[in-house]
Amino acid sequence: MTKAITVAGLHKSFGRTHALDGLDLAVDSGEVHGFLGPNGAGKSTTIRVLLGLLRADSGAAQLLGKDPWKDAVALHRRLAYVPGDVELWPNLTGGEAIDLLSKLRGGLDRGRRDELIERFDLDPTKKGRAYSKGNRQKVAIVAALASNAELLLLDEPTAGLDPLMEVVFQDVITQAKEAGKTVLLSSHILAQVEKLCDRVSIIRLGKNVQSGTLSEMRHLTRTTVEAETERPATGLDAMPGIHGVRLTDRRVHFAVDGAHLDAAIRALGGFGIRSLVSHPPTLEELMLRHYGDELAANGHPAGADDAEDLPAAADTSGSRGVVR
Amino acid sequence: MTTVTAPAAGRTSAPARTGSGALAGTGILVRFGLRRDRVRIPVWVVALTLGTMSSVTEFKTLYSTAAERATAVSSMDSPAALAMTGPRHYLDDYNIGSMMGHQLLGFMGVLVGLMSVLIITRHTRNEEETGRAELVRSTVVGHHAQLASALILAAVANLALAALLTLSILSAGIDGITTGGALLYGLTNAAIGLVFAGVAAITTQITAHTRGASGMALAAIGVAYVLRASGDVGNDALSWLSPIGWAQRTYVFVDNRWWPLLLCLALAALTAATGFVLSTRRDVGAGLRSARLGRRTASDALTRPFGFALRLHRATLLGFGAGLFVMGGMYGSILGEAADMLKDIDPVQEALAKIGGASVAESFASMVMVVIAVVAAVYVVMAALRPRAEESAGRAEPLLATGLSRDHWVGSHVAVALAGGTALLLVAGLGFGVSGAASVGDGGLVLELIGAALAYAPALWVTVGVAVALFGWYPRAGAAAWIVPVYAFLVGYLGSILQFPDWMNNLSPFGHVPQLPAAEMSWTPLLVLTAVAAGLIWLGLAGFRRRDLETK
Repeated sequence: MTKAITVAGLHKSFGRTHALDGLDLAVDSGEVHGFLGPNGAGKSTTIRVLLGLLRADSGAAQLLGKDPWKDAVALHRRLAYVPGDVELWPNLTGGEAIDLLSKLRGGLDRGRRDELIERFDLDPTKKGRAYSKGNRQKVAIVAALASNAELLLLDEPTAGLDPLMEVVFQDVITQAKEAGKTVLLSSHILAQVEKLCDRVSIIRLGKNVQSGTLSEMRHLTRTTVEAETERPATGLDAMPGIHGVRLTDRRVHFAVDGAHLDAAIRALGGFGIRSLVSHPPTLEELMLRHYGDELAANGHPAGADDAEDLPAAADTSGSRGVVR
Repeated sequence: MTTVTAPAAGRTSAPARTGSGALAGTGILVRFGLRRDRVRIPVWVVALTLGTMSSVTEFKTLYSTAAERATAVSSMDSPAALAMTGPRHYLDDYNIGSMMGHQLLGFMGVLVGLMSVLIITRHTRNEEETGRAELVRSTVVGHHAQLASALILAAVANLALAALLTLSILSAGIDGITTGGALLYGLTNAAIGLVFAGVAAITTQITAHTRGASGMALAAIGVAYVLRASGDVGNDALSWLSPIGWAQRTYVFVDNRWWPLLLCLALAALTAATGFVLSTRRDVGAGLRSARLGRRTASDALTRPFGFALRLHRATLLGFGAGLFVMGGMYGSILGEAADMLKDIDPVQEALAKIGGASVAESFASMVMVVIAVVAAVYVVMAALRPRAEESAGRAEPLLATGLSRDHWVGSHVAVALAGGTALLLVAGLGFGVSGAASVGDGGLVLELIGAALAYAPALWVTVGVAVALFGWYPRAGAAAWIVPVYAFLVGYLGSILQFPDWMNNLSPFGHVPQLPAAEMSWTPLLVLTAVAAGLIWLGLAGFRRRDLETK
């Protein structure tokens, strides 16, 4: 499969801040790629480098086979961008802003534009300053999707949208994917990413800490198992790949590495399973796995609520890395 | 937003000084404003005082003897000089003090007015436009507190200026300066400032944009200045329509009249009160006119880079165009009187005024051209720095992510600045020419005066070039481009009074323009200026192509 985006060893500093510190990223053509990381991880900087708005200090980046800085204008005719914080011209109406951005990109499908305005329930006759944050966001989304761009760079596109519009957005992105478009979707809404994205990259402090499909990632991480057995399930903690065993009478609770799940369930079977609940790590847990130490530093008590099943980032450093 | 009244709970927890009602929180906002402007206001006050005192030093060296002062009187007694300075009555007793009242009060009035307007809009409309006012007003702050605190802040700045001016003048050791006169001079400056603070209190209610609110108030200052200029040359009644004219009619250090200050104070109180009343008729963040709906789709012109840039610049350009046309017209209407003025004066005087082969009317017209060119330069700097404003507001980012290249984007704004500045000269020249031709009775003047105004176009283009070069290479220092019109004004206007050396004139692009119609046309400097402008613009574009876009 051809790559729509390839980034290798990208560095970018702003003064003494290292926004990107050797970032790698690969996005296949036709996929929806989730781009995750907390505020300040370098997501927006990466997208702006890909847009040729910022110039990388070192490293290589290619977009649709071209250089994002040198071939910026030619590339921009083939891509569309939705910033996370859309600023509009106070004196222009939303409709005018949509037309302006689409036509400067090189073309506008008027039927598609009107359909999207309808679906997103946007009033295109209001002036830019009269829009709320969510409505400004809609203007940029409509402008991006009304074009025939083959690549969509979306930087937290739905920040400020209400849940109804979130559903519409997901439909529209699914349609775009069916039409063969490539999407790089930076987002904090993990449910959105889980639903839309084929593959995901998690970045931290300007580095890519994990990339892969969600199932690949889940395989590498631990599944939580809760079971009730006929006899107390003793001796599990001695088995490889099983962590955090808590045994209270006949109930057992533990986390198991993906590779050892099969052995763990077989062992449980020996005690006579009465009930079994097992859930793969959610994306949130995957994220938190890489940020556990930050949470602890921010005063989140270790072992509290959902984080209790998560191994601390430090002791899983061996399983980090890019999955292909 | 609906009216917020301070809840009782808030009152008990807040310090006693917070108070209640419509002015609740004013005291805290004033202190907050002083904290925010702890550099800005002192810089204004000290700069204005230093400007005044350096002029006083010039006066002392240039006019130390009675004979020199007599020469000053004869050179000042021309329409061009009176339009630039102040009413003729000062010349009756022309000592260092009355020179200050005559030559400095007029544009000190403009500058003090500018300071006051910027203080008011910065602390009222700009706060609303950025959304910060909403946050502030959600606390225990009455609905008049923000305007009241801004007005108090402006009053503090103006009174500080008055105090500093008074003390500086008294300590400068000038012959014949009385304490009363010095105090009157200081307070006269403050009085003009208060009037325009009041005017700004009204304009900030009218429009929802800081830029528009400042623009309207600055236009009022411009009108006041042109009215007094026309009145001081021709019909005195016009000067009585202008607060700057009132201030000059204190005849400080000549008659020391205090009562014109009362006129200023009354107008300041009236305008400020109007501002308060108007503010109750609108919502926070909105103007007096409710926002109208607009077009559903963009016109073809709007989706082209130049058309889009023109749309963004349209309001400012039209405002400046109207202002300059009226200004040109008003100066033109006194051209005839200027020409007549010297008929009664003896031939020697006339010969003196004709040095360089120019008639009185011609040298008056040349002086007006400098004023027109400087005002057009103010527009041109605003226009050429527009890409910077768009960039820091985050609006350049989505545009430059489309098929629009950086060169095209900046180029479209530069094109509007170049063409717009030239059009402003044309319009001002037309206004000046038509009304000047009518008042002199010589139809040939129309084209002559339009040509004289257009001769300044290459200097404007250089100004654009300076702004673009700064934008391309040192975007954060973009505001330094304002030095060009400020310097041109100081040298072209003050310099002719204070007799600056030639090299200072040569530093300004405007100093190289042939002073039509008084001087001969010469093409060489204009071609050189055009080449310099092209070079600077090219440099700026090259710089912008290389640098990061600044994003939020």
